[in-house]
Amino acid sequence: MAAKSRCIIIGASHAAAQLAPTLRQQGWSGAISLISNEYALPYHRPPLSKDYLAGSKTAEQILIRPAAVYSKCNIGINLGVTAAAIDRPNKQLLLEDGMALDYDKLVLTTGARVRKIDIPGVDLKGVFYLRDLSDAQQIKMFTGIDKRAVIIGGGYIGLETAAALRKLGMQVTVLEAMPRILQRVTAPEVAAFYARIHAEEDVEIVPDVQAVSIRGDKQVQSVECHDGTEYKADLVIIGVGVIPNTELAEQAGLNIDNGIVVDEYARTSDEDILAAGDCTSHYNPIYQRHLRLESVQNALDQATVAANTICGNLKPYSALPWFWSDQYDLKLQIAGLSQGYTDVVVRGDIDGSRSFAAFYMRESKLLAVDAVNRPQEFMFGKRLIMQGTELDPAKLADDSLPLKTLLNQ
Amino acid sequence: MPRVTYIEADGQSHEVNLEAGSSLMQGALDNMIDGIVAECGGSCSCATCHCYIDADWVDQVEPAGEMETDLLDCVSEPKDNSRLSCQVKVGDELDGLVVHLPTTQF
Repeated sequence: MAAKSRCIIIGASHAAAQLAPTLRQQGWSGAISLISNEYALPYHRPPLSKDYLAGSKTAEQILIRPAAVYSKCNIGINLGVTAAAIDRPNKQLLLEDGMALDYDKLVLTTGARVRKIDIPGVDLKGVFYLRDLSDAQQIKMFTGIDKRAVIIGGGYIGLETAAALRKLGMQVTVLEAMPRILQRVTAPEVAAFYARIHAEEDVEIVPDVQAVSIRGDKQVQSVECHDGTEYKADLVIIGVGVIPNTELAEQAGLNIDNGIVVDEYARTSDEDILAAGDCTSHYNPIYQRHLRLESVQNALDQATVAANTICGNLKPYSALPWFWSDQYDLKLQIAGLSQGYTDVVVRGDIDGSRSFAAFYMRESKLLAVDAVNRPQEFMFGKRLIMQGTELDPAKLADDSLPLKTLLNQ
Repeated sequence: MPRVTYIEADGQSHEVNLEAGSSLMQGALDNMIDGIVAECGGSCSCATCHCYIDADWVDQVEPAGEMETDLLDCVSEPKDNSRLSCQVKVGDELDGLVVHLPTTQF
């Protein structure tokens, strides 16, 4: 490896914060430059809708690594800089300000951005999306005891935000366009559980309703729905999903298919350009299909693979996806992907308590687990999914039988 | 700034200073110490920051909570002195603390 070689990483993300120091650890001796159009060092995004919003963590406390780590690893950080294009034949990254940077290896950790909705009033003061630290910082200025918040979208971000705002003493309404919350990601049983909990916490959840207009005079005052109902609001937060940032890759002619297509070594269709995290689409050998994941686990694991690939250690990426969501006193841990399930087996009292596990089965095999305040079911559930053995639903449902006993020894 | 010694499974030892009040996990990440993975970033969700508190220090560290205890049951090679490093906050009273890291976090 030539001493003068340079690796450029685009996007100050979870993946970048993992990748840059790992490159050093793996022996990359060339320059490392991290370029981001944000103004903050890489930070943990999950707390933005949880501890950071609720005020129990500061911006500094959610940094993934302190500035000293980057300087110690001799990683150049360029914040507030936007990449404009990739010139593949000349191996140059062109910046918006006209500069051109030579690269030997380029890594796209560009993440995803919020899906926007096009209804009147989205530009009013007090209407926000939530993805970046700056979004959360602005939202905080509109929070306050007994103020009203309307959240458009009953997915995890919407529900976590609802819980954080309740903690701040706000009156919260969640508007969901589908017949139930969490429609895309959980079984009806789990969605019903979260609907009950939010009702117990005095959050109003309104399913089957389409927000058609946001009203106000400069500042938001209310949200109007398709059926004529209107919800007063001092603050509106829209959380209706994200789309991957693939434009740079697309303009450079790289393969795109619901994300930047990468192989098991995190390489795009150009072997000197790699990608990791939410912006990628990769083949998962466990589920035997291409996946684009929105998760910290994927960002970290794929970034580690990318760093190894760049340093010449080809280690294929093959990980079981996992996710988490904190709301109130509930810790939800999700192992695996439930798409294509045929049955749901529930362990514990899902209708009356705050702790249960839902096992998503395809025939007699376990695909995924949603575990609420059940870390053991989550941890051993992961292993059961990986084992891929046939399981007896009656045993999975039997709360007196530790899940550990179902593992092959 | 409390000083903490992390000893990896292969015997490699790292003596580092932590910001008072930060977690053992953050201290390991900030100093690029292998052996602490910390996938969830410290929210007591993943059990990939498992460590063992040195026998001389066990009594001086606050005990684990319920969630952490349950997660510790699932790590490979759990012991009586097992902890999730994200849940151990290091103040000046733990200056000199020694922790041992497991062979694997998975």
